[in-house]
Amino acid sequence: MAKGIRDKVAILGMGCSKFGERWDMNAEDLMVEAYIEAIADAGIETKQIDAAWLATAIEEQHVGKSAVPLAMALRLPYIPVTRVENYCASGTEAFRGAVYAVASGAADIALALGVEKLKDTGYGGLPQRGRGTLNNMTWPNSSAPGNFAQLAAAYRAKHGSAPQDLKRAMAHISVKSHDNGAKNPKAHLRNKITIDTVVNSPMIAEPLGLYDCCGVSDGSACAIVTTPEIARSLGKKDLITVKALQVAVSNGTEAQHNSWDGSYFATTRVASKRAYEEAGIRNPREEVNLIEVHDCFSVTELVTMEDLHISGEGRAIFDVLDGFYDAAGSVPCQIDGGLKCFGHPIGASGLRMIYEMYLQMQGRAGERQRQDMPRIGLTHNLGGFPHQNVCSISIVGRYGD
Amino acid sequence: MSVGILGFGAYVPWKRLQRKAIVDQHGWFNSALRSQGKGERAMANWDEDAVTMAVEAARDALTGFDRAGVRALRVASTTFPFLDRLNAGIVADALELSDETAASDVAATQRAGTSALIDALRSGQRTLVVGSENRRTKAASTHELTSGDAAAALLVGEGDVVARLLAAKTRTADFVDHYRSMDNTFDYQWEERWIRDAGYMKVAPPVIRDCLAAANVKPEEVTTFCFASTLSKVSQAVAKAAGMAEAAVADPLYAGLGDSGVAHPLLLLAAALETAKPGDRILVVGFGQGADALLFEVTDRITSCTRGLGVSGYLARRKEETQYSRFLAFNGLIEMERGMRSETDKQTPLSAMWRNHETVTRFNGGKCRKCGTLQFPRTRICVGPNCGAIDSQDAHSFADTKGRINSYTADRLTYSPDPPACYGMIQFEDGGRWMMDFTDVDEKDLQVGADMRMMFRIKDIDSARGFRRYFWKAAPMAGVAKEG
Repeated sequence: MAKGIRDKVAILGMGCSKFGERWDMNAEDLMVEAYIEAIADAGIETKQIDAAWLATAIEEQHVGKSAVPLAMALRLPYIPVTRVENYCASGTEAFRGAVYAVASGAADIALALGVEKLKDTGYGGLPQRGRGTLNNMTWPNSSAPGNFAQLAAAYRAKHGSAPQDLKRAMAHISVKSHDNGAKNPKAHLRNKITIDTVVNSPMIAEPLGLYDCCGVSDGSACAIVTTPEIARSLGKKDLITVKALQVAVSNGTEAQHNSWDGSYFATTRVASKRAYEEAGIRNPREEVNLIEVHDCFSVTELVTMEDLHISGEGRAIFDVLDGFYDAAGSVPCQIDGGLKCFGHPIGASGLRMIYEMYLQMQGRAGERQRQDMPRIGLTHNLGGFPHQNVCSISIVGRYGD
Repeated sequence: MSVGILGFGAYVPWKRLQRKAIVDQHGWFNSALRSQGKGERAMANWDEDAVTMAVEAARDALTGFDRAGVRALRVASTTFPFLDRLNAGIVADALELSDETAASDVAATQRAGTSALIDALRSGQRTLVVGSENRRTKAASTHELTSGDAAAALLVGEGDVVARLLAAKTRTADFVDHYRSMDNTFDYQWEERWIRDAGYMKVAPPVIRDCLAAANVKPEEVTTFCFASTLSKVSQAVAKAAGMAEAAVADPLYAGLGDSGVAHPLLLLAAALETAKPGDRILVVGFGQGADALLFEVTDRITSCTRGLGVSGYLARRKEETQYSRFLAFNGLIEMERGMRSETDKQTPLSAMWRNHETVTRFNGGKCRKCGTLQFPRTRICVGPNCGAIDSQDAHSFADTKGRINSYTADRLTYSPDPPACYGMIQFEDGGRWMMDFTDVDEKDLQVGADMRMMFRIKDIDSARGFRRYFWKAAPMAGVAKEG
């Protein structure tokens, strides 16, 4: 195996806009909002950035194609700027581009920014889109909840779970994220809810009700990365470095071969194993202190607990109901509210997860700060559908640990 | 070797609109309808049309037959979705008939089905004749109550026939009991009493007499008289006028299906064959700007022939529909607020459609010669884990393969003409799978492991360009023909 990315790159600064229905903001304004915070946090000037990556997934709804919108919005000085898109995992892809640029020595300081302006569609939920010429001829006109809801059917069939038990565990996940989001001033949804609210909410795609679905938000998040040496030379202490960055992309096995049972993410299982290896983690349930996962839907978060090898197979329901992943639990999941409540401006989400890790590890997370100061955090950013997707895992932690 | 019917089949849509549901809505306007609220009529699903129903009836008729032997295909309808695109060409492709098959559309009269049947029987070629109709009627019209959507198919030619053609006769007369022109969506109809007295009674009996005389068969020797008319007692009156026994008049299938137009004479013939005994003589008459009469004699083969679901099987595969507004919506008879999600562009690039027609229309995937893995679609590199062979796949059709539900949902967010949109991962018995739409399914019947069959349906309707594209969908296995 390649030597990997562990401790080669440090986070110099980060920023994140307020997420939500930002009716008065263009995507470009949101980019600047996240950038102003990040550049101030990094303590550098724009001209010190050597390269940049922009993540957007549904660009036709806002900035259009290419990386030009980022270069223009931030007035970047004719540097290499690249736009990346990999479904909802785009944000982590931008981060990966910037980290790899620094690790390779091609750039001293690199920037990754993700943005999405989704609330110009005229209706709730993600925009209805085509999937490509041939796919349009054979794929169902499925919605995102419709695709992810199928995890529940397959999970129930595999583990013999009663529908109401699974639904209650899913409800616990949403209630927990609303509790957490209520403490986050940048979160889209800040209201607390009850189990009954979730269970009785209108059905979107069986068995996912309204409160099993994450928010569709406008927002932006930004990271500036450099080498640990440069970070120190710029006066930074207590560095947060990248321990692992792994991506696994479906190759058609789940969609076309009967070896996959539909109840889990094949990509997440592979990517997380590789990430633990890259980061030198042997027992993730014990060693990982904090996780931010791609909780686009409650059931996604539930099965992901197993795919990350933190809950045993078929055990996620019990860990969830035991509060293992609550803010005060052993391994808090979505302590910032997650996609569910912080919101899901697609291109920004992967970077938003890393932003929360960065704050928590520095003790800057305000009311929602985990008191035991997490040292190893994992983010899980997923794009696509259970049967064909992109899974991006990053692990960050204290430099030197 | 005789010339006659080799195979027969039918298709009736799953939904049966309760006539009471129509009458309850329109009785205030037309009180004459109130007495017609009995029984039910077959109602095509939103994703069905004359083409898709023709495919299903043809598959039913071809049960047990080698499709390579079909030399010609004639599809008859007055409700073809395309005016200038060979509708039978879509049917032929979906059936995977040889590209040497002579396919043609027959249209423009209610007797198009029987005329196509006569021509096919006279051609000497093994021909698949299909009648299919997705009827168009105005809200609150009598025809809305009396019509039904259905299709029937007959495989004819020389060979070990189940029914031998004894004679066929035709008369042409420009008797316009109703018409529909290029400029009209719906029929314009003249008075029923005139149609009965000057039409049916004057046109049909002479053709019947000619046909029986040509076969040297006496009227009373006719066992079953298949005649489609929704007018009261007309079939009996025609039978009597031609000298046939009233008991010979076949059940017009009005109570549970309705009059399926061009398809109906063929449907009644298929239904008659389902219960026929060797030696029976079946007379089928098609009426419309003249009349066609065909007389068949049932052979011993009827007792051992391979059968599909047939009329009786499809009539039994049934879902009561009590929502009249669903019928209005499916047939474009009401302006619905379909939501912004319905505005997504459904344009089909025709070049890509042709390039991929084996995948999309035939539901062909691949079978790897190296590892044996079945897969959909057929691609250049095998999906088999640890295989990855290049250009190793032979075409493999999934159209007649049983599938099982691996995962499913009922989606209320996405746009569907009939929400919730039910779809999921279908896993095929011997390998291969696809995430696909379900159709003709009740949400409550969805479960992992449920057996599903494949049906050819409309995938999307591109209303901006007047186009529709087709693909295969999974439907519950219930009511599927047993092999052999």
